[in-house]
Amino acid sequence: MLSKPFFGYANPKFTYELLSTSLPRPVTITSPPVVTLMLPRKMGGAASPQLKPGTRVLTGQLLTWDDAPGPGVVSSVTGTIRQVSAHLGDYGRKYTAIVVETEKADEFDEGFAAACESADLSGLADYLSGVPGSPDLHQLTDPQKPIHTIIIYGGDTDLLVDTNLFVVKSRMADIAKGIHLLKAKAGAEKIVLTVPGESFQNFDGHFEAEVIAVPNAYPYGQPLMIFYQRFNRILDQGQTFQDQGVLFMRAEAVAAIGQALTEKRVPNEKLVTVLDKQGRKRLVSARIGTPIGEILKATGITLQERDRLVLGGPMTGTAVFSEDQPVMADTDAIMAQDASRITATSDYPCINCGECIRVCPANIAVNILVRFLEAGEYQEGADLYDLYACVECGLCSFVCTSRIPILQYIKLAKFELAREVPVEEANE
Amino acid sequence: MNNPKKLIVSHAPFWHIGSAVPERNFNIIIAALPAALMGLAAFGIPALAVLSLSVASAVGWEWGVNALAKRKNTVGDGHAVLIGLLFGMLLPAAAPWWLVVTGTFTAVVIGKLIFGGIGANPFNPAVLAYAILSVAWKTFFDFDAQLIHYSLDFTPFYPLTAAKAFGTRAVAGIPLTELFFGWQIGGIGAGCGLALILGGIYLIARGFVRWEIPLSFIAGLFITAALFHMAAPEVYAGPMFHLLTGFSLIAAFFLAPEDSSSPVNTTPMLIYGTLGGVMTMLIRNMGQYPEGVIFAVLLINLINPLVDKIRPKAIGKVA
Repeated sequence: MLSKPFFGYANPKFTYELLSTSLPRPVTITSPPVVTLMLPRKMGGAASPQLKPGTRVLTGQLLTWDDAPGPGVVSSVTGTIRQVSAHLGDYGRKYTAIVVETEKADEFDEGFAAACESADLSGLADYLSGVPGSPDLHQLTDPQKPIHTIIIYGGDTDLLVDTNLFVVKSRMADIAKGIHLLKAKAGAEKIVLTVPGESFQNFDGHFEAEVIAVPNAYPYGQPLMIFYQRFNRILDQGQTFQDQGVLFMRAEAVAAIGQALTEKRVPNEKLVTVLDKQGRKRLVSARIGTPIGEILKATGITLQERDRLVLGGPMTGTAVFSEDQPVMADTDAIMAQDASRITATSDYPCINCGECIRVCPANIAVNILVRFLEAGEYQEGADLYDLYACVECGLCSFVCTSRIPILQYIKLAKFELAREVPVEEANE
Repeated sequence: MNNPKKLIVSHAPFWHIGSAVPERNFNIIIAALPAALMGLAAFGIPALAVLSLSVASAVGWEWGVNALAKRKNTVGDGHAVLIGLLFGMLLPAAAPWWLVVTGTFTAVVIGKLIFGGIGANPFNPAVLAYAILSVAWKTFFDFDAQLIHYSLDFTPFYPLTAAKAFGTRAVAGIPLTELFFGWQIGGIGAGCGLALILGGIYLIARGFVRWEIPLSFIAGLFITAALFHMAAPEVYAGPMFHLLTGFSLIAAFFLAPEDSSSPVNTTPMLIYGTLGGVMTMLIRNMGQYPEGVIFAVLLINLINPLVDKIRPKAIGKVA
């Protein structure tokens, strides 16, 4: 649904995708000529020799910047490093992009099998944090902030995307195994699996996890909304899921963990829902790091000047500027949008029509909040007008008559406030 | 990396429902047109002259002041046309040209632009202009005096003034159907109840006006009028009479629900509308003016920011 119905009194209602019983078969993309691996840290001083251009890497090999403990990335292919450069992600996240020219045949690194022997979670976490679904397992090993609840979302967080639901429906054995490992090793008191309400019957009682049904209406699958539904409170200013003792994980990540333990190899194929310009969709399985352009080629999508390419779904995704961007472990969907279907945001002021108020699932006074945020008064917005109750679903921007990028203002405000806190602490 | 294809990059969400400010204003204009056309049918060519000049001068003021202030030209959003049309619809058909032009200046420039343009006006611009001008040049807003040289084939006096001066008996002879179909002295576009109600239903059905405001406005006006009428039927005319005369219906559907000066939460909208209706009747029956809508609407515009603080609790908030 893209346009306002003629009789516009009722609010727009969106529902998540529900896969039919005959599951689609994913298209597999084999051996792209190059892959880009994203090491989740900025480039530092002297890099370890294994990152030198010209060095050969094996499939499943753990690459780190240097020998000091820190984030790593597991190579999804066998090949030769061609280039190492800095990459700036969304909201200032810093990465080191490692471009690897691939070889036809895979040669496997045995590091993970060795780590499996020791069966120590922090050793496994180094390898498994970058598996498809991007589970942040290092949080489970942090003694300062123990995690008491792991919430696995078996549905997707955005509209039109069915990556995770497909995984839940097609790989129950892997998920059961993954849950078993988390239960045994993670020390979390509770593991919760959320599934769409309609398919609750199919999953309840099949796992070592508590299965809860989530309403199928958008945005009840959003992590912030699930958190509120579960704990009846919001993530207030300065709080993170981690220090509330909660870890969110995609079903795909849990399945990948289960698969890793069975095969003793690090999974490297990411399942992606590809939405073309006509709104048709296809499931694609590709190596992590595959350039988006390769996937578009395989699915017959061509982009023209002024089109839009989005990683993620239509409501909460991220637009990217180049087809060279790689598929990452948390890329659930790729959406191509034709230039003619793009509605530009505007700098028009709020006319106080109240559409956002009626659509907001969090009961925020969006019309007033956006006035504070437009003026840069982020703290006032948080103190007086419930900035932190926002679940970041984007419905307000979707219905805005003035086409104000409300969600962008909200996320910018949260980002700026989160940035200010460390500065204040540093001054104390 | 030197990809020649330039892609559009923006923040989520990547869909939009497709509504826009011009679309909204043009729909309100469309909804107001039947009432304006009925006004032309009742008052003839002079009414057309007033409406045309009102719309044209409102657009002219908006364009001119934006150009003077070196601001973006906002004529295209249709808001100036809407203000001009609504202001024209409130005027008597015999309003002189300078009154119309001064009125639209007051509405567009003093009522809206000096506050920062669309969305920032604390009062309904057309109502504010009417209030200022009717205080300044009283006789030009006296419908009886203005239309004295006209020969009309319906009741040739302003019903509200007659009811105020001489009580219910003076207006008892006017059939309600005559009022309902717009055969009455009053503002050009404010007379035809049928056209205004149809326009209002169109706006509510399409989601351009929130039903709470018109309905509570009408309920407040109707109940208050009924109470007055029951207390002293000789002095105060009945609720149907008050609903169909003066600016009652145009205020309920077009003036009170103006976006920027009305509340958006449910309870505040009900309070806002009801208070508007009640105040209208208090001014009409107790006050000095025969018509109370204008000041009632200004008054509820004034309390809008206050009542709109009554809002549902955001999720996760305890206090």
